[in-house]
Amino acid sequence: MKKTPYVYLWLIYAFLYAPIVVVIVYSFNKARLSKDWRGFTWQWYESLFSNQPLIDSALNSLFLALCVACLATFLGTLAALCIHRYHFTGKRALQGSIYLLTISPDIVMGISLLILFVSVNIPLGFVSLLLGHVTMAMPFVTVTVLARLDSFDENLIEAARDLGASEAKSFLHVLLPLTMPGIAAGWLLSFTLSMDDVILSVFLCGPGFEVLPLEMYSLVLRSQPSINALSTIMFLMTLLLILLAQFLAHPRKKAKKP
Amino acid sequence: MLQNKGFRFFSITTVCIWLGVFALLPNMALFLVSFLDRTDTSFFIPVLTLDNYLRLFAPAFIRILLKSLALACVSTLTCLILGYPFAYLLARSNRRVRPWLFLLVIIPFWTNSLVRTYAIFTILQNNGVLNTLFNRLGLVEGNFSLMYTNFSVFMGLTYTLLPFMILPLYASIEKLNLRLLEAAKDLGAGPVRSFLHVTLPLTLPGIAAGSILVFLPSLSLFYVPEILGGINYRLLGSFIQYNFSKGANWPVGAAASTVLTLLLLLMAVFYRLAGRNEREGGAAALSAPGGQTAPARVERG
Repeated sequence: MKKTPYVYLWLIYAFLYAPIVVVIVYSFNKARLSKDWRGFTWQWYESLFSNQPLIDSALNSLFLALCVACLATFLGTLAALCIHRYHFTGKRALQGSIYLLTISPDIVMGISLLILFVSVNIPLGFVSLLLGHVTMAMPFVTVTVLARLDSFDENLIEAARDLGASEAKSFLHVLLPLTMPGIAAGWLLSFTLSMDDVILSVFLCGPGFEVLPLEMYSLVLRSQPSINALSTIMFLMTLLLILLAQFLAHPRKKAKKP
Repeated sequence: MLQNKGFRFFSITTVCIWLGVFALLPNMALFLVSFLDRTDTSFFIPVLTLDNYLRLFAPAFIRILLKSLALACVSTLTCLILGYPFAYLLARSNRRVRPWLFLLVIIPFWTNSLVRTYAIFTILQNNGVLNTLFNRLGLVEGNFSLMYTNFSVFMGLTYTLLPFMILPLYASIEKLNLRLLEAAKDLGAGPVRSFLHVTLPLTLPGIAAGSILVFLPSLSLFYVPEILGGINYRLLGSFIQYNFSKGANWPVGAAASTVLTLLLLLMAVFYRLAGRNEREGGAAALSAPGGQTAPARVERG
């Protein structure tokens, strides 16, 4: 291919990255309102780390995201196995509702769960957020794991069985390890979805359990300069997670091939 | 394999109960609430009424709905027009650099959308980057603000949602069998004709998936219009959120959300029609960033 079309690629990349780069640069700017460069400073980062409510909400979010990721991965993988392995009545409906949930707007999920929790008197807070986030993330895990299962070679299971492996053994030693990249990717995806979620949190958050995305939302609305620093940290965390996911998906074995 | 009855029963029941309790039941409750009345002390009371839906015909709501739909259409079209050539070039790029180029799309896709909305805010704001840049270049004198307009909300939606268009498009263009294009060429089709009759129909599932992933969030991401359009800038999502928080009129909010659900179902039907033979492939494309399926395919060649 000629070089010229690539210019278009880089233009779009510039569009995607320029605003983020600006935020990162301004997170080190002495000026209060992002305008001119007034010299380098760490002060916004310092103000972030001395903001105790913010730290608490970040820890809350981290804990929540870890729980959500584990539970959603478990349920999502279970659902993927059901769909991939079994035939049962209502399977098409299950499959359909999982795909529908992946595109369903978060706001509908948020208000419908709010109505449910209020009706049955579940207090808003950690539990409501956990249940909401798991329901939101689980379909994405299922779709991710299913994509992996679809490329799975059934003969491997046959071979394991022929060699005398029990059902549980062939599941643990053949199917599970080969599906693991999909499961791991699903875990990371659920973790990120939970860490980033604003919409469900707005409806399901309770007074005793503040979460980072909502704190961040109010910082953005009040145009606090430390939001640049917080955004930079969030961006770097995402970058780290993606590189981790990439590494998990393609271990460096290939480099050694001639 | 996995013929174990116990595991089969356990997995199917767990999944069905979870989805039944936390997805189906709440949605039914939401639908029910949209037909209920309310009082000043309780969010909803068991008195049936059609008032909530009648209130949706008020000019104020119609205006919000039309504005939301127009903005969502324009954002979706812009993303498609920007994203299609991009995804095409990406899918046809040098095999060695492609995983890296792909990674560069994945990064913004995974980045917190609040961060990305705020990033657009810093660019557009009064005295912001664009303002300063234009001043320096001598294009414009003094301050000008692009903020709190339809344009700023449109920019925010397009910027935040563009990766959601690119990824499904990429997945379907990348799967495209090049021999079909060669065949079209051999049979005398020009580039325009082979694009319209071969490439476009075969990548329709990607177009449909991408459009859904841009269109629906455009209607419902309420923080984008709030941050970039101002506190009084209301779209469908903001209207629902307002009624469930400050407005405290849950039944009206629930009725408005029925509109959103109807649109969702409409789009789901449209998606099924667009990708009848590769529905699952398309759905996997939705999760490509998580599943890393696309780069895996790239490397296997």
